[in-house]
Amino acid sequence: MITVIDYGAGNLRSVENTLKFLSVPHRVTSSAADVAAASAILLPGVGHFGQMMRSLDQMAVIGVLRDRIRAGIPYLGICLGMHALFEGSDEAPEYAGLGIFSGSVRRFPENMPAGLKVPHMGWNQLHLAPTSRLFAGMTPQPFVYFAHSYYLPQELASSSPAVGQPLAAAVADYGGEFIAALESGNVFGTQFHPEKSGNLGLHVVSNFAELCAQLSGAVSARGLHAG
Amino acid sequence: MLAKRVIACLDVKDGRVVKGINFLELRDAGDPAELASAYNLEGVDEVVFLDITASHERRKLIAETVARTAQKVFIPLSVGGGIRSVADARAILTSGADKVSVNTAAVERPALITELSEEFGAQAVILAIDARRECERPVELQSSTSGWRVFTYGGRRPVELSAIEWAAQGEQLGAGEILLTSMDCDGTEAGFDCELTSAVSRAVRIPVIASGGAGSAEHFADVLSRGEADAALAASIFHYGKVRVSDLKNHLKSRGIPVRL
Repeated sequence: MITVIDYGAGNLRSVENTLKFLSVPHRVTSSAADVAAASAILLPGVGHFGQMMRSLDQMAVIGVLRDRIRAGIPYLGICLGMHALFEGSDEAPEYAGLGIFSGSVRRFPENMPAGLKVPHMGWNQLHLAPTSRLFAGMTPQPFVYFAHSYYLPQELASSSPAVGQPLAAAVADYGGEFIAALESGNVFGTQFHPEKSGNLGLHVVSNFAELCAQLSGAVSARGLHAG
Repeated sequence: MLAKRVIACLDVKDGRVVKGINFLELRDAGDPAELASAYNLEGVDEVVFLDITASHERRKLIAETVARTAQKVFIPLSVGGGIRSVADARAILTSGADKVSVNTAAVERPALITELSEEFGAQAVILAIDARRECERPVELQSSTSGWRVFTYGGRRPVELSAIEWAAQGEQLGAGEILLTSMDCDGTEAGFDCELTSAVSRAVRIPVIASGGAGSAEHFADVLSRGEADAALAASIFHYGKVRVSDLKNHLKSRGIPVRL
């Protein structure tokens, strides 16, 4: 069961539609108690970093969410939901993120090279890390849908597994390479929107759901032995 | 590299597609959800619903249409037509659309763009501009509109506003994209207005979607290169099967234009 946190994000419905379409068991909630009891969490995100952190704070979810992620349950953050994992964002410097990983989300510069426009909006190509679990079984260099003005600079993740830093599961190029997806243990994040990336996006969500199912299977199996 | 986008537009009235569709083998060729799904399979990058419903039930009808579509189409979906407030936009976006476009309402009350952008983010707000060339007018009258004048109410009412300046202002107000329709070219199938499109594209730093005049695959190649558009939109040539989206994408690729295949 994937717990989808509803904090008023614009794309909640699309994420729900994706999970329904893939027949993935899930529930949508705004309750801190539900988050505290979650065995897997999906944090969607379209909107504003400050508004997201403020809403999560008002829902009293920040502490329990951080605890659940640190406890190692599967987590997928989409766009802002990935930004939330870091210490903060240029988008709202007065708000702190969850601080699971160190570093801050940056804004694309005003003057992008080659007249590139901001927001970075549309279909761009991913360069996948071969060891990524999130992209297992996918065609090389898939096109996925982006819509963002803030991004994770490459130094916030490593191109090979490293201690204390997430793996850059995918990078994309927009005036230079940036982190398009990351993973660290069971924590996953995507800058692009899998719920709007056609069949390839469905594949990503399906990979995450499968991972959640495997892990919860392992947990209940352990529970049985213990009992 | 960021791909150039091909966008299919569907005119929707009372929850039904109004223009004839005769190329797709569909169970219900008038169902927007089914058509959007078919275009998705052909490789279209985005779908736009232009809502031309006139009834009091308008908001409910388009929200239902969007909700049905978003359950089976997992690519970006935009809705334009009759959006005059944050509440109108919210009804559409919470139903599963990704963007709304505003046209007349934004000209009449530019603060609407800012309100929408602050509420939903710039990526969800498209400023739609209908523009007509002013070349027939004396030079002294042209200066105020720098060549292209904005029209509202579906192209029926001229406004004392230059399309290029309005686009730039729209960006300042918080729009995330410009949907630019050339009224001179619309319906001609003689090609997009590359001059207008490149003039607007150079005046803003947000993506520009060219619309009006598509008649062949080469027209798309032209506006996406010479016209400096980030995306190109068409309706009837797709609906009537004159150009297939899959063939169009291959043509663009052969022209060296980056596309999602």
